[in-house]
Amino acid sequence: MLKFSYLAMLIFTVFGSFWLELVLKTRVMKRAKRAALSILPIAPLYLIWDAYAISQGHWHFDPAQILGIFGPFKIPLEEFLFFLVVPLAAILTLEGVRSVKKHWPVGDEE
Amino acid sequence: MIYTDIALASVLAAVLFDLFGIRTSLLTKSVFWTSYAIILPFQLITNWWLTSRNIVMYNPDAIIGRRLAGAPIEDLLFGFSLILAIQGMWVYWGRIGIQRKK
Repeated sequence: MLKFSYLAMLIFTVFGSFWLELVLKTRVMKRAKRAALSILPIAPLYLIWDAYAISQGHWHFDPAQILGIFGPFKIPLEEFLFFLVVPLAAILTLEGVRSVKKHWPVGDEE
Repeated sequence: MIYTDIALASVLAAVLFDLFGIRTSLLTKSVFWTSYAIILPFQLITNWWLTSRNIVMYNPDAIIGRRLAGAPIEDLLFGFSLILAIQGMWVYWGRIGIQRKK
């Protein structure tokens, strides 16, 4: 079970944010193209940072607490998932706030 | 460059990106600060999980050493820049008409 330690944090984040899609009808998942266009230019910058930090030893991961699947530059799979799950949670939260505060300007209104 | 330098640079970049790059000006909007205020406690909880259990470990030479809820203070800068950049992009695409409506 220990190897799911990092993954558990990601699952927590998914459950902590994706209910907004159902309860507040944020419809972020229905707008997958817009979400992908938002995440794809940004996430790689952070993964480059991650790769650099790993190579320089700024941080490292307990091999016993991750799945042990690695992408390029020794970046654990969980880190790739982090930069998918966390940005989606950020977008869901923004849209969740908007669903409650309908009069607040966001900047994408017509 | 250590974690502190890069984290500060990421915040500066995200702020400039929001205000002068894509001009979304989320930093001036209640919707941004409210969503950030909601996200922040969750970041502290998940950071605490990752750091207190030593799932992620930091080189003491790469951080200034101040910690909050177990995690290096730099993590707050990292989280802030990531959220601002991602939400900015989301608003940007909506503004130019990409899947603007629900």
